[in-house]
Amino acid sequence: MRLGVPAMSNLTETKVQNQGHSVMSLQLSKWRKSPVFYPLVGFIVIFVAMAFVNENFLTTNNLSNVARQVSINAIIAVGMTCAILTGGIDLSVGAVMALAGTVTAGLMAAGMPPEAAVLAGLMVGALFGAGNGAFVAYAKMPPIIVTLATMGIARGLALIYTGGYPVSGLPDSFAFLGRGELFGLQLPILVMLVVFALAYILLNKTPIGRYIYAIGGNEEAARLSGVRVSRYKLMVYTLSGTTAAIAGIVLTSRLMSGQPNSGIGFELDAIAAVVLGGTAIAGGRGAIIGTLVGAMMLGVLNNGLNLMGVSPYVQNVIKGGIILLAIYIGRTRGK
Amino acid sequence: MSSLLSLEHISKSFPGVKALTDISLRLEEGEIHALLGENGAGKSTLMKILCGIHNPDTGTITINGEQMHFYNYHNAIDAGVGIIFQEFSLIPYLNAFENIFLGRELTNRFGMLDRASMRKKAEALFQRLSVDIDLTVPVHHLSVAEQQFVEIAKALSLDARILVLDEPTATLTPNEADHLFRIMRELKSQGVGMIFISHHMEEIYEVCDRITVLRDGCKVGECAVQTTDVDDLVELMVGRKIENNFPPKVTHADGHEVVIDVRSIQLTKDAPVNSFQLQKGEILGFAGLVGSGRTELAMGLLGATPVYRKEVVVNGRPETLKSPADALNCGIGLLPESRKTEGLVLPFSIRENITLNNLAKHCGKGFIIDRRDEGQVVDELMRKVRVKAPDHETPVGNLSGGNQQKVVIARWLNHECKVLIFDEPTRGIDVGAKHEIYRLMRALTALGISIIMISSELPEVVGVSDRVAVFRQGRIVKTLAGDAVNSNEIMRHATGGARDE
Repeated sequence: MRLGVPAMSNLTETKVQNQGHSVMSLQLSKWRKSPVFYPLVGFIVIFVAMAFVNENFLTTNNLSNVARQVSINAIIAVGMTCAILTGGIDLSVGAVMALAGTVTAGLMAAGMPPEAAVLAGLMVGALFGAGNGAFVAYAKMPPIIVTLATMGIARGLALIYTGGYPVSGLPDSFAFLGRGELFGLQLPILVMLVVFALAYILLNKTPIGRYIYAIGGNEEAARLSGVRVSRYKLMVYTLSGTTAAIAGIVLTSRLMSGQPNSGIGFELDAIAAVVLGGTAIAGGRGAIIGTLVGAMMLGVLNNGLNLMGVSPYVQNVIKGGIILLAIYIGRTRGK
Repeated sequence: MSSLLSLEHISKSFPGVKALTDISLRLEEGEIHALLGENGAGKSTLMKILCGIHNPDTGTITINGEQMHFYNYHNAIDAGVGIIFQEFSLIPYLNAFENIFLGRELTNRFGMLDRASMRKKAEALFQRLSVDIDLTVPVHHLSVAEQQFVEIAKALSLDARILVLDEPTATLTPNEADHLFRIMRELKSQGVGMIFISHHMEEIYEVCDRITVLRDGCKVGECAVQTTDVDDLVELMVGRKIENNFPPKVTHADGHEVVIDVRSIQLTKDAPVNSFQLQKGEILGFAGLVGSGRTELAMGLLGATPVYRKEVVVNGRPETLKSPADALNCGIGLLPESRKTEGLVLPFSIRENITLNNLAKHCGKGFIIDRRDEGQVVDELMRKVRVKAPDHETPVGNLSGGNQQKVVIARWLNHECKVLIFDEPTRGIDVGAKHEIYRLMRALTALGISIIMISSELPEVVGVSDRVAVFRQGRIVKTLAGDAVNSNEIMRHATGGARDE
């Protein structure tokens, strides 16, 4: 562990020498304007701090564990990022995750092939999200209320569908999604990377992404200039339901059982990841890469505190404090 | 004997603008004094000085012979000045007497609200006004007129001897306005002095004693109502020479090709039905007083706000225009009144703002935006409308008002729109940039684009428009063309000074 840290500081020193001062500062000032700058600095600080205080932290095994643990929250946070970028929010993701997971599990337990069941689970998430979107975009109800209500509905449906018991007896081949490996990466990590890559393209390279930012930046201007705002809001909530379903299915595969009570409180972790990642809660500004960094930050913090043997009670206080601090710094510096 | 109120030699400058120059005004007990002038003539500034919101640079305010120094609104209230603004300052969810006593509630000896006495006092006030107001319901259930009466009662409860009514009738129906006038006469008989701001000549003739006319921050006349006729007043109001700095009107409209035929449009069930036509390559001005319904009509036409009924034919085809996106499909675009809240996405760069509503154009066949193509097109548009900025990645929030407006114009040029609606295109823009915008508008008409320009600045309407539709109380009362497009004609129709309809 003591090897890692000096190596990093050496790296920055050589950079300074090679590039010269003015170029360096220009690069830096450009960098600082990026919404990802402060989240990344925060992540590095926490990462380095954890590496210092705990010798088991910087092992390949532990780091890949962290990445896998992070993946569920990070996948949910992708849809959440889009919702928050439009100035909305989706509180139903944790419950939708459980609903999609149990439906997928239930269908397989009833004999449906895994591929079809996964597809059905994704459809459930997408449809549920579309329902949220319809209320938000067309009935013009506040997203926080709509998704608070549908959070209860989704959770209730999951419990009704399973009778309150976990669904087990899933086919072995289904375990691949949560426990398998491909190209040397654990499947959940791979799924996370693919989801982020697609979201990056959507948000940064396509008209839909531009509209999502525009709606959060100034919905009225977007509407008056002829953007079909309602249509894109519907899409955003559908997407959020879908990413929640992906997370739910991966988790079901990891546990090899459909848990109707899984995902409780996950919406809050997802929101924390988005906001720690530098996305403005009022919408319009932010970046999907920031969300990945934010989710990693939470994961590293969790893992580090666990390794240190900090009591879970104390962990909650520390995490809450760090979120407050990070967002305060983001508010005062990040403009 | 000293007057109830006398303002002497008031002058006031704001950074870059001389708002008021040497204005004097006297108000006697029981007098209703009209303050008249175009939008921006300085009426509101003068009234804000009277009630302590602004401090005058020079000049004095004297009430009952005593010189006053108002540092804030409360000083003015304490001295007996009450003002009824255009926008009410009532709390919608409180009832009438709770509003009247807001911030100085009566309490009993236990420190609890003494609702009974407040209610009794409020009843007495309304009795004095001889109006019957339901004191038990939240004021948002009351009609606009009743809310205004509550405002007046509130001012009276503060022992106001001087009452300023800033366009009180703008939102009232004729019946309600008559009721207001009865109350004003009642107060007059009780010795309250009133300053009445209104653009409606017939109202001024109905209730006022004397008139002070402002123009460009100067007092241009004071006269008694009985001895002055309407045409003289209009002349006084607009009598400035129109600066000759508008681009020449080269009309590209041939008068035959109609781009938009609005056969009928009715905003709400009780609203008037309007109709007009827009010809290819013309600039049609929408003139009228603030609140005369010009913006509302334009928004309704575009589908930005729902309308009760409309029948619109665009390029010979009937269209429903349910949303701005539909309007865009028909080649109709809007430059909204407020650039920052309705026109621009402020966190976005110039590039992102210009291409906001036409990204498909830069996508080729796929779903991915071609950044290079987008950048090139934006650079070309920026050159065309002459946006001054370091590059197209500059955030629009950093631009001046004129340049921001040009960005919004460029957005529609990217779309090859056929019709553009400019709502107050030069508001908050400096003189130089104004001329550029006017030139740009003319250049657009040369390309065959038709423009509807909503403007509250009379010289602009006269200088730019080929034809002018004059609005009054939600209705197009007259469409002027050719030599009839002049300030006096427009003002006569806008204020109802022309009684020949």
